[in-house]
Amino acid sequence: MSEPTALILDEPLSLWGGVDPATGEVIDAHHPQLGAKVRGRVLVMASGRGSSSSASVLAEAVRVGTAPAAIVLGESDLILSIGATVAEELYGVTVPIVVLSPTALAAIVDGQPIDLDAEPFASPR
Amino acid sequence: MRLVVRAAEVTGATELIDVTAAHVDSCLYHGEATLDFVQRLVDGRARVRVPTTLNVGVLDLLHPELYRGDRRIADRGRLLMDRYRALGARPTFTCAPYQLADARPAFGQQVAWGESNAIAFCNSVLGARTNRYGDFIDVAAAITGRVPHAGLHRTEARRATLVLRLADDVPIALRDADLLFPLLGLVLGRRAGSAVAAIDGLAPGQSEDRLKALGAAAASSGSVAMFHVVGSTPEAPTLDAALQQHRPSAVELVRLGDLRTARDELTTAAGDRLTAVSLGTPHASLAELGRYVAMLGGRRVHSGVELLVSTGRDTLAAAARTGITERLRAAGVELLVDTCSYIAPILRPSEGATMTDSAKWAYYAPGNIGARVVFGSTAECIRSAVAGRVVRDDALWGTA
Repeated sequence: MSEPTALILDEPLSLWGGVDPATGEVIDAHHPQLGAKVRGRVLVMASGRGSSSSASVLAEAVRVGTAPAAIVLGESDLILSIGATVAEELYGVTVPIVVLSPTALAAIVDGQPIDLDAEPFASPR
Repeated sequence: MRLVVRAAEVTGATELIDVTAAHVDSCLYHGEATLDFVQRLVDGRARVRVPTTLNVGVLDLLHPELYRGDRRIADRGRLLMDRYRALGARPTFTCAPYQLADARPAFGQQVAWGESNAIAFCNSVLGARTNRYGDFIDVAAAITGRVPHAGLHRTEARRATLVLRLADDVPIALRDADLLFPLLGLVLGRRAGSAVAAIDGLAPGQSEDRLKALGAAAASSGSVAMFHVVGSTPEAPTLDAALQQHRPSAVELVRLGDLRTARDELTTAAGDRLTAVSLGTPHASLAELGRYVAMLGGRRVHSGVELLVSTGRDTLAAAARTGITERLRAAGVELLVDTCSYIAPILRPSEGATMTDSAKWAYYAPGNIGARVVFGSTAECIRSAVAGRVVRDDALWGTA
């Protein structure tokens, strides 16, 4: 399988109300990446945002197979981490959630292939 | 417990603390994953350990006929709501548990709340302490009665680091209008992100309903879990108190233009016919239901418009006792409980626009239910519902 590629989100995206887990498409009408497909991509955003239901949406996306391959954040996000933990527990699929420094985050280019076997993805927090 | 410990790892906490209550948002159906999760809990004979209220579900269990969507989803949604009841949680099914006298945590109490607007209200307006507990971890906290001692559970994290001050060009009339609050909240969420901000420059003693609208908007456009309004929220009798005697990292102005931009951004309908008006997001309080009656002033909702009000089942029961429900229904108002009109297909299918006074509704409804939205004040919404077309009152905005 080829490496997943980065999908840079210009603004933080709430998965709930922001992504349709049935299709993996960004549906937040106010978001710059409206219409983008998150399935199999590495989502890169400064932080999580908005609804506390995003954990469920992430778990459901994992169940359906529309989830991103990994999520890269500029600050830790409890809601997304719990969603990923539950999805792993229920379905045995890991969506690594990685927190990078703002500088490292800014260095990622949209569409860039990301090696999930490399640090820090291999041992995410 | 594994989830609570995982939460401690993510938040960097080194100890757990007891909570005295929980508000659980996980009872809203988002697909089979949500049922798969609660089934694990039910199979393991889990029970909540602390008094636990439930957030909205997919279905109005008292008026299930209002649901217009896929029958299967309604059934699965109802099953999920039942499963959470079976864990011992109280079937409040409201996003505004702070309106329930017997579920309101006291100042300083440590709790575990889900639902972004409730979290913001709990910390900011009640002065009780919760972090942003999302789905799964909220019920994990209710079952274990434990949370990581991190974030907003700790006094130092509740300090405002950003100050937002209303600029002089915001007209006096707008400063004292209900309409200001959802718009200011939208700006707050954008500027603060997940930081704690203090809003300065408003008259003291702002009502809970206004602060509710502010927090709900801020938790939609940002990850705001706590804010201070100087002179109105309990940890901000003064700006200095909100800052815990520290210097803020930034002081920013909110100008009339910012509020105007926020208002315009919330309106996604362009010249569409008005077919619906939605009020009560977050759930309308008893005081708000009474205001709707007063604003209707005995007039009926236009035949071409559906005026839908979302509220909690306990608030509806209280409104029924005082005759408010009857008067709203007589005016042609539809009342919805246990859910909300932007998370489930409730409104009549229509090509027209829906007007709302809620920034949160305006924010999420286009994505969730494909609504075309006109945002306006509560008074504009009700006048429009009666007139059958969008009626604007630009007086609040001054001549600037």
